[in-house]
Amino acid sequence: MSLDPAAIRRIARLARIRVDDAQVQQMQGELNTILGWIDQLNEVDVTGIEPLTGGATMAMRLREDAVTVPDLTEAVLSNAPDRDGPFYTVPKVVE
Amino acid sequence: MAYTLEGETGSWEVVCGLEVHAQVISKSKLFSGASAEYGAEPNSQVSLVDAAFPGMLPVINRECVAQAVRTGLGLNAQINLWSRFDRKNYFYADLPQGYQISQFAHPVVGEGKVEVTLPDGSTKEIGITRLHLEQDAGKSLHDQDPTKSFIDLNRSGVALMEIVSEPDIRSPEEAGAYLTKLRQILRYLGTCDGNMDEGSMRADVNVSVRKAGEAFRTRCEIKNVNSIRFVMQAVEAEAKRQIGIWEAGGEVVQETRLFDPSKNETRSMRSKEDAHDYRYFPDPDLLPLVLTQDFVDGLKTHLPELPDAKTARFVREYGLSAYDARILVMEQATADFYETLAKGRDAKMAANWMMGDFFAALNRTSTTIETSPVSAANLGALIDLIADNTINGRIAKEVFEAMVETGDHPADIVEKKGLRQVTDTGAIDAAVGAVLTANADKVAQYKAGQEKLFGFFVGQVMKAMAGKGNPALVNEALKKKLA
Repeated sequence: MSLDPAAIRRIARLARIRVDDAQVQQMQGELNTILGWIDQLNEVDVTGIEPLTGGATMAMRLREDAVTVPDLTEAVLSNAPDRDGPFYTVPKVVE
Repeated sequence: MAYTLEGETGSWEVVCGLEVHAQVISKSKLFSGASAEYGAEPNSQVSLVDAAFPGMLPVINRECVAQAVRTGLGLNAQINLWSRFDRKNYFYADLPQGYQISQFAHPVVGEGKVEVTLPDGSTKEIGITRLHLEQDAGKSLHDQDPTKSFIDLNRSGVALMEIVSEPDIRSPEEAGAYLTKLRQILRYLGTCDGNMDEGSMRADVNVSVRKAGEAFRTRCEIKNVNSIRFVMQAVEAEAKRQIGIWEAGGEVVQETRLFDPSKNETRSMRSKEDAHDYRYFPDPDLLPLVLTQDFVDGLKTHLPELPDAKTARFVREYGLSAYDARILVMEQATADFYETLAKGRDAKMAANWMMGDFFAALNRTSTTIETSPVSAANLGALIDLIADNTINGRIAKEVFEAMVETGDHPADIVEKKGLRQVTDTGAIDAAVGAVLTANADKVAQYKAGQEKLFGFFVGQVMKAMAGKGNPALVNEALKKKLA
């Protein structure tokens, strides 16, 4: 599998990363090298082997259902680029 | 009779499947300890996890998992002891993480089924494909300012169950019946309040059309429909639109649409071509969710009696028709009220009072079974007063109206208003005598064969006794005197 310049631009747009034309070629090379490694891994026959889902065979810890977080309105909003009263505000987005 | 829509080229069958987003009832959010309660001040229930601050780690809420498992059990579904969370990536202003934590490849609940009852009394099984847990997004308000959208993250991170049905639905009516049944089961289980006005239950509606015997054609998805009635209207409107396209020689394009109830039409969302490219991958912050069979069995033991089982029991134990039983089990509170009422009383009479005068009074006074001025104990006491001949059926209606108005105990109303039924045969005989004397002409006609006049005499005697005569004794006295 390898990526063409159009695929590189599409992935960049989905990730909201600005990539100019000069960078496309560089990224194409880097990503295709990585995909080359993946292709090598794909050559291994894993029929009948259970997929490994993580580095540790542990399960998720479950917490009790309790409200432990106080009202943090000012703390969270203090990082907002823009606000209006208790709301975050952003440039209008509407369908 | 199967539902079809008639086009110029003949009959079309409608194919529909629903994805229902049901907000989980829990105190705190799916992956954070912020409150999940509805209606708080904007952004006052936002943890650093919910606002996606760097370095914050999600930790799952045990109760949310339990609620999903309970729901799975209630939908007769397979519970997956091993499931996993994935990231669904997209950018939107009310999604601070830039991805929604969801379950894509390995949902916690697999295939199940629900049986729905259609208005004609027939039943149909609708398959459940899966149920998975995911985070809700925040809320955007677009009407507060001409150039800005306002964002409230209180809902960000609240647990949702996405319940996906098989494309088994074939008419707007079946879509409505399925949603009604699903909502009822969720409410019985206490896993979602089913409040569509507050958005705690909303549906994405997948619709396609086809000619009889065909494979499925291309479908469209109508997003975020927030009432059962609108879902039914959207299915029909979208099916008609697609029939128009096919019959004009066109091709239906798979896309996401919105339903506009005021125009009764769906319209395309101005979505970019990559809106559906979510690039799912396993969330590296979260280990697999592993449940034990003991955990599942423990939840199963404590499940409440569900609507289908309760309906069957009401038919069996109380001798009700399936139709009446279904009405009485519609809501848990209604069913509980009925059982309190029917216990030790004539079950059929209890059902008639509840579905007749009582429901009418709730409607008229805009109250619910929880806020009704007439309690089950008081309505039961009224039925007892009829059963032990303290009052007759007609007076009972009058007493009931006074109960609705005052909330008083029926015995007090009967005493205060002097409505006690007259069973004193002396008083009844006297009233009968007076009526017959005053209507000597009618007595003669009756004796000449006009037996229909008997009803007239009963009416006159009751009127003379202010409605309080015991009907059986009045009949008896009249028969004796007229013989």
